[in-house]
Amino acid sequence: MSATTGDAVLPVTSTPSIAALDAAGGKLKKRLTSPWASLAAVLLAFLWTAPTFGLLVTSFRPKAAIDDSGWWNFVAHPSFTLDNYRQALSSNGGGLGTFFVNSAVITIPAVLIPIALASLAAYAFAWIEFKGRNLLFVCVFALQIVPIQVTLIPLLSLYVKAGLAGTFWTIWLSHAMFGLPLAIFLLHNFMKEIPRELVEAARMDGAGHVQIFFKVLMPLLTPALAAFGIFQFLWVWNDLLVALTFAGGTPDVAPLTVALANLSGTQGTAWQLLSAGAFISMVIPVLVFLSLQRFFVRGLLAGGLKG
Amino acid sequence: MSTAHKFLTMFEAIGLFIAVVGVILAIASRFSGRRGDRVVAAAFLLPTVALISVGLVYPGLKTIYQSFYNAAGNAFIGIDNYRTIFGDPDQRTVLRNTVLWVVITPFVATAVGLLYAILVDKARVEALAKALIFLPMAISFVGAGIIWKFVYEFRPDQQGIKQTGLLNEILVKLGGSPHQFLINSPWNTVFLIIVMIWIQAGFAMTVLSASIKAIPEDIVEAARLDGVRAWGMFRYVTVPSIRPALIVVLTTIGIGTLKVFDIVRTMTGGQFDTSVVANEFYSQSFRSNNQGLGAALAVLLFVLVVPIVAYNVRQLRSSEGR
Amino acid sequence: MTSRIHRRGLTGLAGLAVLALAVSACGGSSGGSTKGAAGGTSASPQAGCEDYAVYGNLKGKTVTVYTGIVTPEDQLLKDTWAPFEKCTGVTIKGEFDKSFEAQILVRAKAGNLPDIGIIPQPGLLKTLVATGKAVPADAATSTEVDANFAPSWKDLGSADGKFYAPPQNASMKSLVWYSPKEFAAKGYKVPTTLDELKTLSDTIAATGKKPWCAGIGSGEATGWPVTDWMEDWMLRLWGPDEYDKWVNHSIAFNSSEPTAALDAVGQYLKNSKYVNGGLGDVKSIASTTFQDGGLPILKGNCSFHRQASFYAANWPKGTTVSPTGDIFAFYLPGKLATDKPVLGGGEFMLGFRDAPEVHAFQQFVASATWANLAEQGGGGRCVTPNKNADPAKAANCSDIDKLAISVLQDPKAVFRFDGSDAMPAAVGSNSFWKQATNWITGQSTKDTVNKIEASWPK
Repeated sequence: MSATTGDAVLPVTSTPSIAALDAAGGKLKKRLTSPWASLAAVLLAFLWTAPTFGLLVTSFRPKAAIDDSGWWNFVAHPSFTLDNYRQALSSNGGGLGTFFVNSAVITIPAVLIPIALASLAAYAFAWIEFKGRNLLFVCVFALQIVPIQVTLIPLLSLYVKAGLAGTFWTIWLSHAMFGLPLAIFLLHNFMKEIPRELVEAARMDGAGHVQIFFKVLMPLLTPALAAFGIFQFLWVWNDLLVALTFAGGTPDVAPLTVALANLSGTQGTAWQLLSAGAFISMVIPVLVFLSLQRFFVRGLLAGGLKG
Repeated sequence: MSTAHKFLTMFEAIGLFIAVVGVILAIASRFSGRRGDRVVAAAFLLPTVALISVGLVYPGLKTIYQSFYNAAGNAFIGIDNYRTIFGDPDQRTVLRNTVLWVVITPFVATAVGLLYAILVDKARVEALAKALIFLPMAISFVGAGIIWKFVYEFRPDQQGIKQTGLLNEILVKLGGSPHQFLINSPWNTVFLIIVMIWIQAGFAMTVLSASIKAIPEDIVEAARLDGVRAWGMFRYVTVPSIRPALIVVLTTIGIGTLKVFDIVRTMTGGQFDTSVVANEFYSQSFRSNNQGLGAALAVLLFVLVVPIVAYNVRQLRSSEGR
Repeated sequence: MTSRIHRRGLTGLAGLAVLALAVSACGGSSGGSTKGAAGGTSASPQAGCEDYAVYGNLKGKTVTVYTGIVTPEDQLLKDTWAPFEKCTGVTIKGEFDKSFEAQILVRAKAGNLPDIGIIPQPGLLKTLVATGKAVPADAATSTEVDANFAPSWKDLGSADGKFYAPPQNASMKSLVWYSPKEFAAKGYKVPTTLDELKTLSDTIAATGKKPWCAGIGSGEATGWPVTDWMEDWMLRLWGPDEYDKWVNHSIAFNSSEPTAALDAVGQYLKNSKYVNGGLGDVKSIASTTFQDGGLPILKGNCSFHRQASFYAANWPKGTTVSPTGDIFAFYLPGKLATDKPVLGGGEFMLGFRDAPEVHAFQQFVASATWANLAEQGGGGRCVTPNKNADPAKAANCSDIDKLAISVLQDPKAVFRFDGSDAMPAAVGSNSFWKQATNWITGQSTKDTVNKIEASWPK
């Protein structure tokens, strides 16, 4: 297991037979699901889930029980209540429905816009030669460090002048602005990974950048787009600050997070309501994650190479 | 505003946006071949550059400018704010903590994410298994704060009192005495970092998994035919293939860690020697209402990211050379 | 005098006449009968609207109100606005948002302001006035406030020598929560002087029980409950005048009086015989959230918890909060039984738009009419510092709020606003909290006051 192996690995020239591939695939599967690997995976999954599970249990316990004993006591002394959820769902003037709608209206464009713009920009950075390309790229990705808080006052002043303050437009634009550096950084990396031969071949065939972008790159980028889509979705869905600052906390525009933050009351923090609220707001992101999972498919790239 | 009206506005926005992108693509497709490259690049980059200039560059420059002004932002005071930052004895602790966060979080979170992505790759319940690690990312920082309160919470070991924190319950069950996890420095910083790792491992896992899926089957296959075993596969196939993705993940988590203050703010409020630069920035800007000093701390964040940027520039250069 | 707009027109002409008119307007709004005739000339006379005629016809106008008051009290607040909206035709649009305090400054600086902000801190009020965006209250509102509130309340709503914001609700902080049942069983008596409180604490401590429990954890605001303790003791040991000097920084934070006050607090909070019942050692005060700080009383693990009236919301469902129930609170006594210093908080209606409807709404909230509506609504909006509010309307209020109302309206009571809220933000919402927390976890009193003094903006 040495230099020879390493060398054999790097070139993308070897084309094994289908039968060998299947056999190897079986072997691979067997090894990765070996007992030790499984145990490690289960252990990690357990460690990562236990705290959240504690919150889930807590969200079904009455306040007195929460204050009095740890959540694991629910086994020995079961006390179960739906009150926390009932209260969380019924607050804010009879329901979180309006806020769910606002969150959806905010999130969909705030995810689509940066993904589309970042794909174009990442393509330009990865596959078009122009002067100052690297410098511009480094600037863009370094802008990730700008804390959103420093942008609040300057941006809000601009929005007020433009007459946009208090509308959904401010939230969409702001999330696009804040999401772009990371999106470009991630997508650029994936675009770079695509073998140069593919792009060159398409160019030889006379394809322009737009065609290459749609016909060659897009199909290969599905996992990357899905990955970034998930993060941008999460970021926007869980955002409180951007929405609150630029659009305000009225039921006309405010997302779910604003309603949930206010759950705990003017004074004090009601753990029981917050824990129920946390789960209510978690449902959608987890569903999105699970549904986007099918875009994480192996072998698209290899397939592209052969075709 | 009615629900229908809201969705109408949304579709308007999406329609408008599609139109803009359509125009860009139409312009770009009229130029092909190498000569049109500059036009295409300009068209592809224009909306991004415009948005970023307004949303990030302009506020960033304004922050640098404000960092030389006083609390109310109406008198030039030179580098006094920076002197305040470095003259304060507590600030050494803040810098030490920030370094701890930036060194520990990206590497541990990435290692866990990578390990898990490999372990569950192709497993029968892969989607579900990944969702479990991903779960913390779906929780807001406030939610995370509550969750970890129920892990670190301290109650005295005395008659009639039950532990409400999971870790202390385990300590007591093992015969130990309960520990004030969030108070005793410097370990309290480590306990806060664990929360960040818990959240970020999902990010690492998701990106790295997408990257692992993109390793061409035939490469894996060739290695297999050469008799490469699990560790070798990891060392010589997986890691080199996803190396760029690893750098991206480390960089992103590193920058995210520099910026994060919600965890510190909600769990300790920066007390007990747990503060980090981002938290100081937040409390000066929004609690003490000291705009100048807040801005100077933000600039310090810009400076701290320079090594990360430099490393990425080097990587970019070497990948250009391939 | 038929409409508010007319009255404002007059304001420009003759100040003296206006004063007289406004005084009668105020009599009308609290008395309720004299303005019946004027009501007839307003556009839409309605039954029950007599008290509102003074505000004129504001049909089609909108006033936006931004506040940190959230569920369930937002509804109570809206209920108090409803008659005003019905009678004047104005629309009051509320925005209820927990992060109000940070947001309002951002919005002020960016020029995106509501018509009225409900400001819970005099310090924040001064900061907002300093942005130049706030609008002083008009003469009618000012007269209304003179008629209904103690002068100190008007001072709190003023900045740079001008009166800006009438007060809305108040809260009382000088309270000690205890268990009336425990007191009855053990034969303890509610202490009426600070010495008695100390003696009773010693008596309980001698039984092996830690008498006090406390928690100061509050996320980024961790430490604030200690500032309330120190303010209460400052007020009791040195009196209101020294207290004011301390808050205004006429005496240094590390001078002898504040140092002694903090040391006196230390005899409770840093006394390992006294704390932290059911929660651990002295240090555990720092890691316990303020919400959890008083709960051990219920389990009998401690006897006293010093916290404001709003702590009532923290007791679990099923707890009876009454003078004979599981839980109640007594007034944190003064040095002598005849002293009655009261520490509290309050909210102020600061206007940002110079328009008749905005001024009318400010005037309305300052009136006894509004205060009575707030009392009738019960819940968390009961307590107002409006001395012309009708105590008979407070029937719906909780026992603890009734106690707060009675103490606040006691003529002997000397009210002082939460001092840390009036200090500069760099102290009142940063170094004071931070150093108070360090003090709990072991820092000496001397170092603590020195560090806070050093952080005071020059």
